[in-house]
Amino acid sequence: MNWLNRPASETQITHGQRLWLYILATVIMILLVAPTVIVIPMSFSASQYLEFPPREWSLRWYEHYLNSPEWIQATWTSLKAGFFTMCVATPIGTAAAYGLFVTKHPLSRMFYVLLITPIMIPVILIAIAAFYVFVQIRMVNSMFGLVIAHSILALPLVLIVISAALKSFDMNLEMAARSLGASRFTAFMDVTLPQIRFSVLTAALLSFLTSFDEVIVAMFVSGGDNSTLTRNMFNALRDQIDPTIASISTIMIVISSSLLILTQLFRKSRD
Amino acid sequence: MSKQQALPISISGLTKVYGDIFALNDVDLEVQSGEFLTLLGPSGSGKTTLLMALAGFTRPDFGSIRFGEDEIISMPPHKRGVGMVFQNYALFPHMTVAANVGYPLKLRKTPKAEAEKLVADALETVQLGGYGERRISQLSGGQKQRVALARAIVFSPRILLMDEPLSALDKNLREHMQIELRHLHEKLGMTTVYVTHDQREALTMSDRIAVINHGRLMQLDTPRTIYERPANRFIAEFIGESTFLQVERDGDRVSFSGTELKTGALPAAGKLALVVRPERLSVLDGPPTPDTNVFSGTVRDLVYQGDTVLAYVTLADGTDLTVRAGTRTGEPIEKASIGDRLELGLKSADAVLIPREEA
Repeated sequence: MNWLNRPASETQITHGQRLWLYILATVIMILLVAPTVIVIPMSFSASQYLEFPPREWSLRWYEHYLNSPEWIQATWTSLKAGFFTMCVATPIGTAAAYGLFVTKHPLSRMFYVLLITPIMIPVILIAIAAFYVFVQIRMVNSMFGLVIAHSILALPLVLIVISAALKSFDMNLEMAARSLGASRFTAFMDVTLPQIRFSVLTAALLSFLTSFDEVIVAMFVSGGDNSTLTRNMFNALRDQIDPTIASISTIMIVISSSLLILTQLFRKSRD
Repeated sequence: MSKQQALPISISGLTKVYGDIFALNDVDLEVQSGEFLTLLGPSGSGKTTLLMALAGFTRPDFGSIRFGEDEIISMPPHKRGVGMVFQNYALFPHMTVAANVGYPLKLRKTPKAEAEKLVADALETVQLGGYGERRISQLSGGQKQRVALARAIVFSPRILLMDEPLSALDKNLREHMQIELRHLHEKLGMTTVYVTHDQREALTMSDRIAVINHGRLMQLDTPRTIYERPANRFIAEFIGESTFLQVERDGDRVSFSGTELKTGALPAAGKLALVVRPERLSVLDGPPTPDTNVFSGTVRDLVYQGDTVLAYVTLADGTDLTVRAGTRTGEPIEKASIGDRLELGLKSADAVLIPREEA
C-alpha cells in the first residue's frame, strides 16, 4: 500500500487521505452511466420482452429495426431534423453571439438573457406554445415546424458556446483585417471565423444533438410521416415492451456519444 | 519597396463625445505629406481616439478629415487604404508569415506572381527575408512587430498609422526599433501618424510632435521646440522633468526673489512661471558668464544614478530646484555634499517662461 502514502498533488495530501473522494467519484460516475449502459446488453437479447440480464443472445432486434420501414422512416426524420436544426441554429446563433459581442448597446445583456431563455423555461411550455402556434398556421406534423421548434431549443447553446469563444478573441485582429482592405463580412470570414472554428463545430454538433435527442417538443409538433425516432420510441414503449427500443437506444447512444467525443477532440486539438 | 507619392492629412474641428467627456475637442491638425508626426499624450488624452478616427474605426461627432483632397470622414475603414500597425501586433495566428503579409494583396486581387514578389520585398525591407513559411507562434516579439509592419506597408499605402507599436517590446529592442522605424520612414516616405505615450520615443522618432491632452491639441511643433519651448505647464511636466519658479513681471522685465532674470522672449501677457530643466542648470565653480542667471541654495539631497547625479537644492525662499549633472571626473558636483551651499547657473537662452496657471 505504498501508493496510499504518496502525495496526490503538489500539496502534502496523500492518496490515502483522498481515498474517500475517489470512492465517492466512482460511485457517482457509475450512477450516472449505469442506466444508459444497461440497455446495451438488453438490446442483444433473444427474448420477446425487455429483460436484464438476457438469458439468450441474439441480433434479432437489430434485424427487426433495420427491416421495419416505420423505424427507418423515423430515423431519417430524426437525422434530417437534426441536420436542418444544425443548419439553422448554428449560423443564427453565431451571428447573434457576434452581434452581442461587438455592440455597445446598453441593453445587450438583456438581449443575451432573452435569447437563452429557451433553456431556462420548461421544455413542455415551448412544446405547448409551438403546438398552438403551428395549429393556427397549419404547420403541425411538418418538418419545417419541427426544425423551427428545435432551433429555438438549440439557439441558446450555440449562443453560449460562441460567446465564450469570442471572449478570448482579440478584436484587434478583425480591425487589422479591415484596415488592410477587408469589408466587415470578409474580415469575419477570413479572420474571426477561423479563430473560433472549433467552437462553431462544437456548437453545430450540440445543435444536431439537441434536435436528435429531443422528445417533448417532437411529441407535440411531429407526427405522421414526420414522426421522429424519439417520438416513435416513446409511443412504442407505451404500447408494447419490445426490445427493438433497446437496440435503437444502443444505436442512438453510439451516435450521441461519438459526436460528444468528437466535440471534445476538437477542443483538445485547439492548440 | 519604392518611394511613392505620400498624402497630406487635414483634420479640422474634429470632435468626439463619449457621454459627457470630450475624447476629442475641436482638433485642428495638418499632417504634411511624407511627414512623421507623433501624437503624444497620457492615457485617456484622446490620442488613440484621433488615430482610430483616421483609421475609420471611430466615427467623430463633428469635424472633417481629408486625405489629400478627399473627405473621408464617413468612409469605412477598408476603403481608406491606410496601413495600420496595432499595439499587440494583431497578426493572424492561423496564417503563415507570408500569408499575413500577403493578405492585403489577396484582398486587392494582386496577381499571384506579383504578390509573391511584393511579399518577399516587404519581408526583406523589415529584415525578415526567408521567414515567409514560419508560423506566427514561432516568432519573437520583435519579429512579430516586423511582420505587422511588413503587412501594413506591402500594398504601398500612402498613409501609415501606428498605435504604440513598440510598447510590448523590452527597452533595448524598443530603442533599436525606434531607429529602424525612422530609417524605414525615410526610405518609404509615407505620411506617418504614430501614437505613443512615451515622450522619449516621440522625441527620438518624430518630424513633429502633436501633444494632446483632454482631447485638445496643446502644441504642435518639432521635438526640439516642444522640449525647449513648451507652451504650457502640462507640456513642460509631461515631456522631460521640470521645476517651476513663480516669477514677478513688471512690463517686459521679469524677476525672481527680487533679482532680475535674463530670459528669452516673453509670452504676451499675464502672470508667468519659469521652467527650469534639471539638466539645463549647471553647478558653478567660478564667476558666471554675463548671460547666466545665478540661483544659490543649500544641497538637501544627492542621488547617484550612474550616468548622472541628481542634486536637490533648496533656495533662500524655500523652493526646491533639481539639478542633473554628469558624473565625468572633475565635474564640480562631485565635490558637493549634503548641507553645502551651491551656486547654480541657468543660461538666458534656457530660461523659458510659460503662462502661470493658478491652481
